[in-house]
Amino acid sequence: MQNLLKTPTGIKGLDEITDGGLPQGRPTLICGGTGCGKTLLAMEFLVRGATQFNEPGVFMSFEEKSEELTKNFASLGFDLNELIDQNQLIIDHVHLDPSEIEEAGDYDLEGLLIRIGYAIHSLGAKRVVLDTIEALFSGFANEAILRSELRRLFRFLKDQGVTAIITGEQGERTFTRFGLEEYVADCVIFLNHMVNKQIATRRMRIVKYRGSAHGTNEYPFLIDEQGFSVMPVSSLGLDHPASSERIATGVLRLDTMLGGKGYYRGSSILVSGTAGTGKSSLAAHFVNAACARGERCLYFAFEESQNQIIRNMHSIGINLGQWVEQGLLQFQNARSTLYGLEMHLVVMHKTIDQFNPSCVVIDPISNLIATASESEVKSMLSRMIDYLKMKQITALCTDLTSSSNSSERNDINISSLMDTWLLLQILEARGERNRGLYILKSRGMAHSNQVREFILSDEGIQLRDVYIGVSGVLTGSSRDNQEAKDLAEALDCQQLIEMRQRDIERKKLAIEAQILALNTQFESEKDDLIRLINKEKLRNDTLLLDRLAMAKLKQADKPSEPLPTLTNNQLGDSK
Amino acid sequence: MSQLDDSPVNPEDRWLLRLYVAGQTPKALHAFANLTKLCEEHLQGNYEIEVVDLLINPTLAKDDQILALPTLVRKLPEPIKKIIGDLSNIERVLVGLDIRPLEPKNR
Repeated sequence: MQNLLKTPTGIKGLDEITDGGLPQGRPTLICGGTGCGKTLLAMEFLVRGATQFNEPGVFMSFEEKSEELTKNFASLGFDLNELIDQNQLIIDHVHLDPSEIEEAGDYDLEGLLIRIGYAIHSLGAKRVVLDTIEALFSGFANEAILRSELRRLFRFLKDQGVTAIITGEQGERTFTRFGLEEYVADCVIFLNHMVNKQIATRRMRIVKYRGSAHGTNEYPFLIDEQGFSVMPVSSLGLDHPASSERIATGVLRLDTMLGGKGYYRGSSILVSGTAGTGKSSLAAHFVNAACARGERCLYFAFEESQNQIIRNMHSIGINLGQWVEQGLLQFQNARSTLYGLEMHLVVMHKTIDQFNPSCVVIDPISNLIATASESEVKSMLSRMIDYLKMKQITALCTDLTSSSNSSERNDINISSLMDTWLLLQILEARGERNRGLYILKSRGMAHSNQVREFILSDEGIQLRDVYIGVSGVLTGSSRDNQEAKDLAEALDCQQLIEMRQRDIERKKLAIEAQILALNTQFESEKDDLIRLINKEKLRNDTLLLDRLAMAKLKQADKPSEPLPTLTNNQLGDSK
Repeated sequence: MSQLDDSPVNPEDRWLLRLYVAGQTPKALHAFANLTKLCEEHLQGNYEIEVVDLLINPTLAKDDQILALPTLVRKLPEPIKKIIGDLSNIERVLVGLDIRPLEPKNR
């Protein structure tokens, strides 16, 4: 079993969605309305074939003259004359004017085949474009002959082994006006140029690709100075790598809130908030921190010009100008209304590919959303986010929410795509608006659940704790107020305690003095008693002596009975 | 079929006709036979037929803007006229070569 061989187109994105290119050696039909880029796609196929893959090509033009083509493509940076001089390209203009030709009898288109065959052989061409072969239908009247000859032509091209692109104008109910898809059955690509809300969007779809896997969606594409680019986000699945590396948010306190380390590398961050909540400032901090680490940053600004952003960020002490000069930071400014969402994404895609940044800021992503219908937004943005994740680019998107709605409402569409979601909210109270920052979610890391007050100062963003007390969450001057009040209360309390302490001290001293006084009194009373006892004893002694002396004088006998005494001791002594 | 009396052909004119073919295909042979017959009838020898085989000179296909074969080109008299097919429809050939207008009337 041999896989279908493919011829790479070299066109950005197209090879991805076709899984390698167009079927080799077979014709591919490219159809679409007027001005949708068929001729350009076909010509770029040849030019890239000649310049990148060394495959010369033949361009059979049934509509435009070769001089016109050369001129048209010069504006896209393709120098066709040079390629013609190098024998890499032949442009053969097939002139058809039915008024000049009379049909008289049976004929075939052998002449055309000889022309193509000769051109192929003279260059050794591998690629052929017929643009647009339907012109034959206006050139020749006999459609029966024409159809059988077309069939022969395509067989001829296959026999030649060339990879061919046939362009065809879109018909009313068919892909091409004359049903060319009947002959070219291998690969059909449909180009579409639709205007929705006055914004034109080019889209491409692979209608069929026999024998090959291919993206089936409509892919937006862009035509600019570098030619075609298709947004090749077809096969991006949910298998992107997940880095555990953490990168700083640029605000120290926010790092702390996000588990102390900041965002994951390659994650997507949504910063939503109403006007003037400091979303861009937060983004600028992020950019500043990334550039300071020496990483490249791409800043998509849809509201402000580069100079304006640089000036404004100067006011909060961030010098973004230096990074621009060093080539680390690139701004991409465009009004969101310039083109549709898909076009924006294609442009972003392209710029990212060229600049190869490690961080991307989209400021604001909500502006993009406004340009598209809600159903488109999610699919388009998820492709974008998937793409960024695949490339391990950290994306910070700001999102302007309208103040009348709940700030968490608008983002249902995209919030589920985001890994980290910061909400900046105006906390309005007492005639004052203050900014508060919450982390609504942050996948895969512990994060603070508390609101922080968000202050823009000369030195950038400062986060402060808010006052959470009985009277609710307070910020700004009310918080300062409340804190002062608290301080005063505390001071009062302190003073009261001190006063009580002093009272107690005094009381203690008073009691001690009282104790002393009572002791003294006790002592003196005790002394009095002793003195009395002594006095009595003395008196008794004296009395006894007196009696004895009296008895001696009276010559009396020894007393027969003891005298009543006051103390036993004294009596005992006298015995 | 020959209506020489109301023919716009100027007998002074010299006719140079070129027939493009690719090899000796039945269609080519047919065309050549039809052409010589027609010229004999209407141009009385005052003509010249040149047969170009694109298989031998393929570059002429591009230079002379030839797509269909066989193609008859009236090089002279001016202006150049092209007729494609095997020339079996004599009426159309005569109209194409300006030998006779579609509606029989004098110029």
